[in-house]
Amino acid sequence: MKLIIAVIQPEELPYIKEELLRREIYKFTITNAKGQGKEIPVQEVYRGISHEITLLKKVRLEIAVNDEYVDAVIEAITIVAKKDGDKGRGKIFILPIEECIRIRTGETGSKAIG
Amino acid sequence: MVNEMSAVANALFTINNTWMLIAAFLVFIMHLGFASLEAGLTQAKNTVNILFKNVSIVAIGILTYAICGFNLMYPGNFNGYFGFAGFGINAPDGAAGLIEYADGAYTYFTDFIFQAMFAATAATIVSGAVAERIKLNSFLVFSTFYVALIYPIAGSWKWGYGWLDQIGFHDFAGSTLVHSVGGWAALVGAYTLGPRLGKYGKNGRMKPILGHNMPLAAIGVFLLWFGWYGFNGGSVLSADPGALSLVFVTTTLAAAAGVIGAMLTSWGISNKPDLSMILNGSLAGLVGITAGADVISPMNSVVIGFIAGVLVVISVIQFDKLKIDDPVGAISVHLVCGIWGTLAVGIFSAEHSIGIQVLGVLSYGTFCFISANIIFRIVKLLMGLRVSEEEEILGLDMGEHDMESYAGFQIFSIE
Repeated sequence: MKLIIAVIQPEELPYIKEELLRREIYKFTITNAKGQGKEIPVQEVYRGISHEITLLKKVRLEIAVNDEYVDAVIEAITIVAKKDGDKGRGKIFILPIEECIRIRTGETGSKAIG
Repeated sequence: MVNEMSAVANALFTINNTWMLIAAFLVFIMHLGFASLEAGLTQAKNTVNILFKNVSIVAIGILTYAICGFNLMYPGNFNGYFGFAGFGINAPDGAAGLIEYADGAYTYFTDFIFQAMFAATAATIVSGAVAERIKLNSFLVFSTFYVALIYPIAGSWKWGYGWLDQIGFHDFAGSTLVHSVGGWAALVGAYTLGPRLGKYGKNGRMKPILGHNMPLAAIGVFLLWFGWYGFNGGSVLSADPGALSLVFVTTTLAAAAGVIGAMLTSWGISNKPDLSMILNGSLAGLVGITAGADVISPMNSVVIGFIAGVLVVISVIQFDKLKIDDPVGAISVHLVCGIWGTLAVGIFSAEHSIGIQVLGVLSYGTFCFISANIIFRIVKLLMGLRVSEEEEILGLDMGEHDMESYAGFQIFSIE
């Protein structure tokens, strides 16, 4: 069992979601996040004063899967991001999961994740 | 024949008086406009404080006007500089307080309530310029003295038939008497308080402090524009069809031209046009036409409004450079465009002298600047003016009120 955490660009979310569903990965959680990476800061103007935004809006995607699905998840995320070459496409982190419990039934382990 | 005449006179009296009361509640709704605009252009953590100020200032403005303001502003026969007809309001008995009070235009009480709404407006203007850093109690004390004494004394010089009225100064609905009077206090307040924390970085680089709700700001401006039909339309002081319809037209054209003037200026300066600037632009046009809405031709009202729209954008940017921090642009809208509108009467109306308009602007400027300084300094000395640094960062909602504006919503993060 692995927990995959990906920080992605918000506009990529609908495409990544589509790719995940195509690979039969149906369960995930997203959170609005702010992050700072290597991309060029955004210039905004408010009442005549321009300013730099370095903490940019991101989406944090969390997916818990059984080991055999890890490659499919990575592929679903990277296939979208590779479409353009700009910096700031985000990162994927993979962590081992100690235990997983389905709250309703009390099932544990691989059965609970799937 | 006599009965027929008086029936017509009574019908006209009713129509005139009804219009004046409608105008009064249109001016009242401008306070919701001010409150929304100010809340929208400031940070979420100060919204309770801003709404609190805007509600209490209406109450203070109206009550002090009943206690002393009305009789300071309209003292009857006086020396032209200062007069006082006594505390409280009392309608003359019988017809003298009704149809005879203003030759069938409105009653004594209508006169009072319409003027009271104006007084509250002048006080509200200050609120936006000092927002997000002034102590609530200090603001309330300042406003009380300013609206109870300074506004009506200054007003008596023109609308109370004082010395400026005698020499032919023209200010139809208050570009100077209301907007500049409020604007001068806004300037003194913003300058005395200093800029909000974080507006100017260590290297002197400006950092904008973003308003948290543009839809609210837009609603506020539409409400102000809407209310302005009462502000200018009511200043006709009757329902005279010709005069009233001209005022509606000049008022509307100037507001529209102000939007376009601000749009082009903002687009030219910043590459992309700024919504908050065209919102200020419409108000700039409205303030600009307020002094001459009754004597300016429709086409000239477009010119006046357009120039006001250009002026307001340049002025907002210049005040920022001078480190006079005005979160909502109140000084630029009400003071700068108030002066412009007053001078424009002398430029565009053949019957009025530019020299006397300049004299009026200077007289009001001197009086208001000095008195606002005196009151602000006394308040600062006795009770302090600015909240602590810690409170400013945390927000005045918690600091001054122990209350949040958006409890239950996570809508901002501290950078």
